[in-house]
Amino acid sequence: MNTEIKALAEKGHRVDGRKFDELRKPIKIETGISNKAEGSARVTWGNTVVLAGIKMNVGTPYPDSQDQGVLITGAELSPMSDPRFLPGPPGPEAIELARIIDRGVRESKMIDMKKLCVREGELVWTVFLDIYPINNDGNLIDAAALAAVAALKSAVFPKLDGDKVLFGEFTKTKIPLKLLPITCTLAKLGNKIVVDPCLEEEKDFEVRLSVAVSEKGDVHAMQKGGMVGLDISEADEMIKLAVKKSAEIRKVLK
Amino acid sequence: MAYTKRFDGRKFDEIRAMDAKVGVIDRAIGSAMFKMGNTIAYAAVYGPRDLFPSFLQNSSRGVLRCYYDMWSFSVTDRKRPGPTRRSTEISKVSEAALFPALKLGAFANTTFDVYINITQADAGTRTAGINAAALALADAGVPMEDLVCSVAVGKVGDKICVDLDKEEEDFEEGATDLPVAIMPRSGKITLLQMDGNMTPKEIKEALTMAKKAMEKVKKVQVKALRDKYKGEDKK
Repeated sequence: MNTEIKALAEKGHRVDGRKFDELRKPIKIETGISNKAEGSARVTWGNTVVLAGIKMNVGTPYPDSQDQGVLITGAELSPMSDPRFLPGPPGPEAIELARIIDRGVRESKMIDMKKLCVREGELVWTVFLDIYPINNDGNLIDAAALAAVAALKSAVFPKLDGDKVLFGEFTKTKIPLKLLPITCTLAKLGNKIVVDPCLEEEKDFEVRLSVAVSEKGDVHAMQKGGMVGLDISEADEMIKLAVKKSAEIRKVLK
Repeated sequence: MAYTKRFDGRKFDEIRAMDAKVGVIDRAIGSAMFKMGNTIAYAAVYGPRDLFPSFLQNSSRGVLRCYYDMWSFSVTDRKRPGPTRRSTEISKVSEAALFPALKLGAFANTTFDVYINITQADAGTRTAGINAAALALADAGVPMEDLVCSVAVGKVGDKICVDLDKEEEDFEEGATDLPVAIMPRSGKITLLQMDGNMTPKEIKEALTMAKKAMEKVKKVQVKALRDKYKGEDKK
């Protein structure tokens, strides 16, 4: 464990010179970065770069939601983006990332799933949301969550001919969205709480908490990571800070 | 329709009836069963044992690995056997929930493998699994500086409730699930997840309720350990 980063934090500094509650710059979104996808986005978050893409298809609905579309979220930690990532099927880290993103989208009820129904009980739209990092300089969670929201916001339905999708032919109809969740991750370095941990800090943090927040400031999903415990008062402080900082991240969506 | 009375008649801050038994699997080094209402979890610990492939070894301490699984017949719609994305994630967060309580410094290069299996599911399976696993680790004699107690809190309609059952989780107007694990002596949270919709104020209230409910979990755990080892101190 690198104690320097913690010692630095105790003195009030961060390894990259940021304040404890300062996000990296720039946070930048580009949409339409892959023309075969129904929607796509590249998020540049400091030196972290993540791509999210949307593909759509039709299929049968789940038995317990006959009048609703289906969302399937995946993430692959491409070996290209980090020497620690290895080829092969998604491991626990990739699966956790995908599921954190999925819960932010699903639990905030971001997508109007009922409007993805073609014929109740028979045919509904499936939205495939897939996430790939290009360069991992830390905090993939927040960058991926932002890319996911931006890609969904940009996505249009493909054309439908009867029960078959005409892949490659797009309509102008956007995926119906109800709200836009923003995910903000905090980490604890020693006794200090920092926002948006960079790669060096990620190697050293003991606890992280990711919080998905709506524009109203409601929390829709949380996930704690790291092998150390957290006081209730610390959790409370982290959640409040996440609500505050998410409003700042949200500005890039506008 | 507001949620004014719980489906099973419990008070809003009331945890389901619990039962626990330590030492339920002979072959394991340590084992336990933990029941929360109709949710039943078994946990077995094997270790310390050699860890392969060797690059997974840690030369300064032992490694903890958890394997959570739901048995195919434990749910209404049969679950396809084998690992899922859900079970992989729960295994990972269970490791993080249990690890802070363990002192593995004397077990360099080895692993403790904890198998958590759900035989009957009625919501709260990961929390019941963590409760069982903490007991199994204690039963295995793994040095621990604290127990780990776990319970889910949440919101059914607009009411904050402790230890939701499946019927409440499926509440028509929506339910929020917030599973928590706490080490009772230090008060540290080691598992914290959430999905649904809550304000920061509600989350704080829910966490305070969880902490209170956790004391009941601890009592059940301590009694189960005492029941197995009560003869031992006289020897």
